[in-house]
Amino acid sequence: MPGIWILAEHKEGKFKKITYELLSLGKKLKSKSGEELCALLLGSGIENLANQLGPYGADKVYYLEDEVYKSYLNESYTQGISELVKSQDPSILLAGATALGKDLFPRVAARLGTGLGTDCTSIDLDNNLLKITRPIYAGKVLMEATIPQTKPQMAMLRPNLIEISPVDSSKKAEVIKSKANPKKEDLRTMLKEILKGESKKIDLTEAKIIVSGGRGMKDKENFRILEELADAFGEGTAVGASRAAVDSGFAPHDIQVGQTGKVVNPTLYIACGISGSIQHLAGMSTSKYIVAINKDPEAPIFQKADYGIVGDLFQVVPLLTQEVKKLKSEG
Amino acid sequence: MNIAVCLKQVPDTETKIVLNSDSTDIVTEGIKWVMNPYDEYAVEEALKIKEKYGGKVTILCLGQERSVEAIRTALAMGADDAILLNDPAFEGSDSYTTALVLSKALSQIEYDIILTGKQAVDLDCSQVFAGLAEFLSLPYVSIVVGLELFPDQKKALAKRETEGGEKELIEVTLPAVFACQKDLNTPRYASLPGIMKAKKKEIKKLGLAELCLNPEHVGAKGSKLKKGKYSLPPQRKAGIKIEGEIPEAAAKLVKLLREEAKII
Repeated sequence: MPGIWILAEHKEGKFKKITYELLSLGKKLKSKSGEELCALLLGSGIENLANQLGPYGADKVYYLEDEVYKSYLNESYTQGISELVKSQDPSILLAGATALGKDLFPRVAARLGTGLGTDCTSIDLDNNLLKITRPIYAGKVLMEATIPQTKPQMAMLRPNLIEISPVDSSKKAEVIKSKANPKKEDLRTMLKEILKGESKKIDLTEAKIIVSGGRGMKDKENFRILEELADAFGEGTAVGASRAAVDSGFAPHDIQVGQTGKVVNPTLYIACGISGSIQHLAGMSTSKYIVAINKDPEAPIFQKADYGIVGDLFQVVPLLTQEVKKLKSEG
Repeated sequence: MNIAVCLKQVPDTETKIVLNSDSTDIVTEGIKWVMNPYDEYAVEEALKIKEKYGGKVTILCLGQERSVEAIRTALAMGADDAILLNDPAFEGSDSYTTALVLSKALSQIEYDIILTGKQAVDLDCSQVFAGLAEFLSLPYVSIVVGLELFPDQKKALAKRETEGGEKELIEVTLPAVFACQKDLNTPRYASLPGIMKAKKKEIKKLGLAELCLNPEHVGAKGSKLKKGKYSLPPQRKAGIKIEGEIPEAAAKLVKLLREEAKII
């Protein structure tokens, strides 16, 4: 009966892609241990969402429905999840290594007195023991780890790594509404306001394609040509920057890629005017395909790139935008 | 406002990492050690708060003897007191036991605010801030890029980064833990008089006995996450440089992205 649990993350009435990735991973783990696969979600007005997860592989869906969960707060979510987990005693508890997961799961693990693997690139089962692999030193090294003595074994999966398995529309999950609701007046934190970002693009860590600019961009205004290329690629594309570009004031820090920025894992990473410092390479070298555009043929980035163009990015990038648009319009 | 800052000493981000012979750790000889970059923002923020509201900044660091160098950097920037948590029993700590030891030390000092970096750039676990909050029964805000205090009301307003450029404003009751992110401030350089003064400052050392901890509950023994083998990620090989005039090269690249990489 102890189960494999995944935290189903949703936003604005839709599940995030990581939820389906976690269920796909969960199915694989279930085939090894035989334990039931359960999804857990919290929110307000989420009954309809809770009913959608059967076809993706959930045997059971637990949902915590309350006004207090309308806005995410680590305090209330930790309490709800911990109480439910203590009562059901699952052997595994997984979330996405997303902004929400990374804020929430460390406290859930501390409260449950168990171990947690952050930002895992591989999660497997061996004799009911979770075997995780995670990059450390920003990806310069991979570390294997286990949580042998405590339950649940907790881990966060890096987005974009798992292929979503086929949907079985006939499969139904048992949907269970649970109650473990902290009182709003007992909380010591309160969400006052959400400040929307300038761009509506998705987060770098979840992007399929990243168009990234470095010192060679020369100016903040010039990032516009990267935005245009990103727009040409369409949905799932984000713009990134190197530390040199951020420190020069060309781009905000929340799009910085590298050891003191974000570690990313897109299908395609296009590095424009980025020389490729050891810190930057650590943050993006697991990208499936890397394209480098740089004037300097000796730039270290070319050693990591699948495709390189030696040339002026201000000439190359707009031409790429044109070509991508042309190809897309041809269908 | 008394502020406690928890920091860690880590290899400089320029370091080329080499594994030891049995792949259980990295080779530490010859490494240049620095204060964890994110902890610099925590130290700077603590100093700014002290300058505005008065009080004392205390540095806490769990680590080997060499960590005093990172502590001295913080003292040279302007921190008042420092505690090194050092004991052979602490070796091999994971986030859980690190937070446990730090929380024991924190409960021996006075604080209104606890600041730390959002993650250490060595093991990248990003969990200690939450463990501290849990063990001390405090609220926390992570990935903080802005912090405003209201000491009279014992409250703070923290701006935190979420995703896709979005930010949240969180009101929190003090005392609380804040995990600092890069955009929060610009860390100052230590002044020469600061460096001279820091050299003479006493760094208090606390171990297992002083913290009344059970050796079974700390270090590698008490860790919940057990480290296994280390390996180096597969090296990428350089691919092809697309030759020719720029317009042709651009067209060829897009064609390759569609036909080989199947992206477009």
